[in-house]
Amino acid sequence: MSQTCRGVWKVFVVLASMLVAAPVWAAPGLLNVSYDVARDLYKDFNPQFEKHWKEKTGETVEVRQSHGGSSKQVRSVADGLEADVVTMNQASDVNFLAEKGLVAPDYAKKFPDNASPYTSTMVFIVRKGNPKALKDWNDLVQTGVQIILPHPKNTGNGRYSYLAAWIYALKQPGGNDRTAQDFVGKLLKNTPLFAAGGRDATTSFMQRKQGDVLISFESEAELIAKEFGKGEFDIVYPSLSIQAEFPVAIVEKVVDKKGTRKLAEAYLNYLWSPEGQEVMAQNYLRPRNPDILKKYGAQFPPIKTYSVDEVFGGWSKATPAHFGDGGSFDRIYQIK
Amino acid sequence: MSEAIEKANAEPRWLRALLLFLGLGFLFLFLLLPLVAVFVEAFRSGWNAYADALSDRETLHAIKLTVVIAFVVLPVNIVLGVAASWAIAKFDFRGKGLLVTLIDLPFAVSPVVVGLVFLLIFGMQGLLGPWLEARGIRIVFALPGMILVTLFITFPFIARELIPLMLSQGADDEEAAISLGASGVQMFFRVTLPKIRWGLLYGVILANARAMGEFGAVSVVSGHIRGETNTLPLHVEILYNEYNAVAAFASASILALLALVTLAAKMLVEWRMRRENEALDAGFLPERGVALPNRP
Repeated sequence: MSQTCRGVWKVFVVLASMLVAAPVWAAPGLLNVSYDVARDLYKDFNPQFEKHWKEKTGETVEVRQSHGGSSKQVRSVADGLEADVVTMNQASDVNFLAEKGLVAPDYAKKFPDNASPYTSTMVFIVRKGNPKALKDWNDLVQTGVQIILPHPKNTGNGRYSYLAAWIYALKQPGGNDRTAQDFVGKLLKNTPLFAAGGRDATTSFMQRKQGDVLISFESEAELIAKEFGKGEFDIVYPSLSIQAEFPVAIVEKVVDKKGTRKLAEAYLNYLWSPEGQEVMAQNYLRPRNPDILKKYGAQFPPIKTYSVDEVFGGWSKATPAHFGDGGSFDRIYQIK
Repeated sequence: MSEAIEKANAEPRWLRALLLFLGLGFLFLFLLLPLVAVFVEAFRSGWNAYADALSDRETLHAIKLTVVIAFVVLPVNIVLGVAASWAIAKFDFRGKGLLVTLIDLPFAVSPVVVGLVFLLIFGMQGLLGPWLEARGIRIVFALPGMILVTLFITFPFIARELIPLMLSQGADDEEAAISLGASGVQMFFRVTLPKIRWGLLYGVILANARAMGEFGAVSVVSGHIRGETNTLPLHVEILYNEYNAVAAFASASILALLALVTLAAKMLVEWRMRRENEALDAGFLPERGVALPNRP
């Protein structure tokens, strides 16, 4: 029996040491908190940066990754997840961190290209052979076309698709905010229900064969091809679309505390290096570097795009005007 | 009672067949089919893709982390669960009703809410977060937080199993042991523990299944750091959202296997418990032949 006692004690000692040891587990280096489909990109990019840093300084560092829904991710950072850098798919999420004082208010000016090392755009994914001949945004509002779209109020894909359609209507002859709202209203009438997120929308379209067209990021079309096979669908580039930016930022409070500012700056700057830009192109994200964009020209057909800043004056204006309470989305839904 | 049974048996044959068909059909559609689908999806691209998906460093780490959390949580819950059931079953004190209710609290609260509550206490915008942060102690978005929420979620499983068992057994044997000169520790290990061991094991099995499968609460406090704070259920969701269905279902198949092992262990323990009760009923100690409440 005393043996049992000793056994129980041993277990306790092990447990206690595990709990105490847990905080020390974190390896030296950086933590990059990112959105959920960026995994392939950083899986390729991080080893390159680690190698580059080792050659330059002789230090061995490790970049760790956290991926998840982007709004949830920034909330975790605000709640204390010790991210040195955030790499997101929407400025509104980084703005949230700026409001909380974790990220510099002028984060977009700390790096080139509006702090977005790559861009993407919204394209149409249609059934093989494009049976409904959907070529441009105005084809989507015809009666009998079914569109698969994640919810515009709370998902990145949904918001970009919504704003892309809005821009299309604005840029038509005589286009203004009223005609744009009418046009987007017609588009939403063809959207029988909203998917919960980009992944759900894809599953509905590809696996359950719902709808005629899925509006998605150009870069995600490649992920879809990876899972469901290239021959399963066609990609249609409309006459114009929106430029999606993917802002990166340093989390000031964390790098100051951990003393990792220099490393974090070098890491984000390396995203703009030719090597980094090439990794992005290989992951079907449009690099900012014109030479590399040209090199991979075959996979990036030219398309006229407008940025949120150009048309709407930035996300801080676009979000309340279109997706906030009483914004254009709510107005369309009341009419509907 | 027997009349009612006769009446139930007197239902027309077609009705009985229909009910049986509905019951089995429902079980098949909602329980068996999803389980089969997990394995079909996991092996869709063949054995090699399955093995590759599972030997991924991050997946292996997720499995390890899941096991570590369960191994830390279960012993603590065994001690706490036995202590709580002991206090409730063998003693009378004020506030006993309140304690019994509190034990059930984790069953009543949604796991996501549990996670958020821990975030409110230990997060940077929470009550204790800044204080702990200043002292370099990390609770949320690290292992301690994940262990804490899992402890909370799985606490009732063992106590819920032991309280009715201990109540039905009474304190006679313990009193006899003490009167014969046993110390408290001796009495516990030689008398009480052998009497409750199968019930305890049953509770541990259920608590383990829940600890390893918990998603909501752990998701809130994990931070999803790859190869660090991703448990198996979290890993499955993330892989799925990344268009990596084969790896997602391969990881899910590990959880499904765990479920099958749990079921088998549960059946074994139930069988042992029934046998022991039958032995008691058969006349060794007839006054204590109390049937255990059936558990789903």
